[in-house]
Amino acid sequence: MGGVSALSFVYIALCYIATAVFIAGVTSRIYKYASTPAPLKIPTTPAPTSRAGVAGRLAGEVLFFTSLFKGNKWTWLGGYVFHAALALVLLRHLRYFLVPIPEMVALAGPPGVWAGVIMVTALAYLFLRRMSVDRVAYISSIADYFVLSLIGLIGVTGLLMKFVIRADVAAVKGFIMGIVTFSPVQMPADPMFIIHLSLVLILMVYFPFSKLMHAGGIFFSPTRNQVDDPRERRHVNPWAAQ
Amino acid sequence: MAGKKDKIKTEKLTGEIRIPAIEPGATAHYKPNLAKPEHNEALGFPGERVKNWKVAAVDKMGDLLSKYRSLQVYMDICVKCGACTDKCHYYLGTKDPKNMPVARQELMRKVYRKYFTIGGKLAPGLANAEEMTEDVMDEWYNYFHQCSQCRRCSVFCPYGIDTAEVTMAAREIMNSVGIGHKYCNEILGKVTTVGNNLGMEKAALKNTLEFVEEDVEEEDGVAVKYPLDEVGADVLVIAPSADFFSSPHIEGFTGYGKVFHEAGVSWTVSSYASEFANFGMFIGNYDTMKKVAQRIKDAAHDLKVKRIIVGECGHAWRVAYSFWNTLIGPFDFLDPKYRAPTHICEFTLDLIKRDGIKIDKSANDDRIVTFHDSCNVARASRMGDMPGGQFDIPREVIKSVCNNFVEMHEDAIREFTYCCGGGGGLLTDELMDLRVKGAMPRAQTLHEVVERDGVNTMAMICAICKAQFSKVLPKYGFDMEIVASVHQLVANAIVLHGKIGV
Repeated sequence: MGGVSALSFVYIALCYIATAVFIAGVTSRIYKYASTPAPLKIPTTPAPTSRAGVAGRLAGEVLFFTSLFKGNKWTWLGGYVFHAALALVLLRHLRYFLVPIPEMVALAGPPGVWAGVIMVTALAYLFLRRMSVDRVAYISSIADYFVLSLIGLIGVTGLLMKFVIRADVAAVKGFIMGIVTFSPVQMPADPMFIIHLSLVLILMVYFPFSKLMHAGGIFFSPTRNQVDDPRERRHVNPWAAQ
Repeated sequence: MAGKKDKIKTEKLTGEIRIPAIEPGATAHYKPNLAKPEHNEALGFPGERVKNWKVAAVDKMGDLLSKYRSLQVYMDICVKCGACTDKCHYYLGTKDPKNMPVARQELMRKVYRKYFTIGGKLAPGLANAEEMTEDVMDEWYNYFHQCSQCRRCSVFCPYGIDTAEVTMAAREIMNSVGIGHKYCNEILGKVTTVGNNLGMEKAALKNTLEFVEEDVEEEDGVAVKYPLDEVGADVLVIAPSADFFSSPHIEGFTGYGKVFHEAGVSWTVSSYASEFANFGMFIGNYDTMKKVAQRIKDAAHDLKVKRIIVGECGHAWRVAYSFWNTLIGPFDFLDPKYRAPTHICEFTLDLIKRDGIKIDKSANDDRIVTFHDSCNVARASRMGDMPGGQFDIPREVIKSVCNNFVEMHEDAIREFTYCCGGGGGLLTDELMDLRVKGAMPRAQTLHEVVERDGVNTMAMICAICKAQFSKVLPKYGFDMEIVASVHQLVANAIVLHGKIGV
């Protein structure tokens, strides 16, 4: 790693470490969920009576947050807008990881910027809601405010680089492609970018050990992923003594 | 026993369910009665709290985390969005924030974090992790006996987190270290030895059935049989034991007999398995649940029946519909033509649709009827072939025997139904305050249709709901007689002949 500064070297190393922790952590949690037996049939009914139906139910939960919609329209609105905006922002960020930039990612460019603004707004709304509804404030802990703040700050630093203290996008992309292709490139000496990146690395390391695992966990929730067919098909409990 | 306490303050009936502001500690003083050593030991649990109970409880939690995917996933993925916070009838009724589903789960989750997560081990303060202590256990015992496992919260959770799974695990952990709840454990002792929750011996059961026979003959002039231990009958009927003595349960049981009589189907009750209820589910103990269920399979085997039809009981229908096949299946010795098990409402509706019985709906013209969906039927089972049959089939039965039927508010029926306030092993006198307050949402929605539509009958298909409402609705000013069995309405309207056969 001849050509890079000490700081660049440290950050490049941290990027690899955070990615490794993220992938290994998420994989091990998912493996745990998948390998833990589900002894009994417990779908929340009415439930689909076929696998295809269950796929539809899960798709509804993941794409539209159907249960949350039943539960609380205002929380649904805040949560849905945040996640949809986040998806667009992530899609837009692929432009820094891919050469050439695919058309889809290029198209997500301009709306992705505005999605960033909407995302930060939605997070602020969720934060305020968490503080101001007495029931939700009661159940909220440091960890809950921490995640909202962390993602919020990532959004704010990102927007600052776009609108206020413009980052050298070409240099940023060069740095990232250097990491992706394992051929280190000097990190841009842009404080805002370094803060933005640092927060992202914290988020990646924190992710597998936190409630953020809801992202993968939902697929393993027996009340949502089981077929309602216990009379038609005998469900065998793997650990029951026969 | 709580004894004669001050009158429990009930919320004023307006027909509206208001979401209250939180009142921390409002129900912190409930202390359900502890099981005696003999109750615990009969189920294979330590008689008294074991010496190393803290370690043992944490070990048991680890064991359950490795055996129940639901528990493992639900401990991890709650984002505390708050969608469940205003969904529990016990929170709405008591205002105690620890009765919000997420807060109840959090009682276990904070201990989980301490012993099973990296964050909880490294920075318990930041991760909201807590050691297992005397105080924590006291809270567990108190608040995990303020959950009726009705699953209403799980309907609204974006991840389907089911507090019932957490409550069951908590009770299993507590039992495993010798901290049992008297109500459930004492009853389970009876059902696993005598054969029913009441401890009713065969002779008493025989008397009851004869009494019902005489009653029907006197009233209707037709000799309808209520057989006991009849080997070779077509159908084994498994009813909750309350059907043998309580009102309006027994009126429903009377109805089952009339339906079978008119169908020309031979049936029998078993004295060995004279209980449909299975409190093994309430305490989250797989082996006990299996043991209670096994008696029914054995009885069906010994009586050489072709099919099993079960009576009106909510949690038991969950166990039968969802769990029996896993616990005690396969049912390959029964006639494969029939669903194993069949719910009495499925049987009756099928018969009505095929014109197998004659109905005089006008017999129920003095009633304006609404239907209370029981939680376990609504959110943990099905009837018929289509999802939602558990809502439609009982309603169709009612509408085929009554001219006047109205629905309660749409946010309080079907999958959104409220628990009666007495489910999940809480139907005990020392928790009367909780039971009355927990019935508030249903009382409000019932009040609305009583005022608007003149409803005078709330029909239901659960023995616990019937017992609970008969006791607590009068405290809100309703007439006890408003509570009815669905098959009581059937019994009223059915026109009895001799056997006509189908």
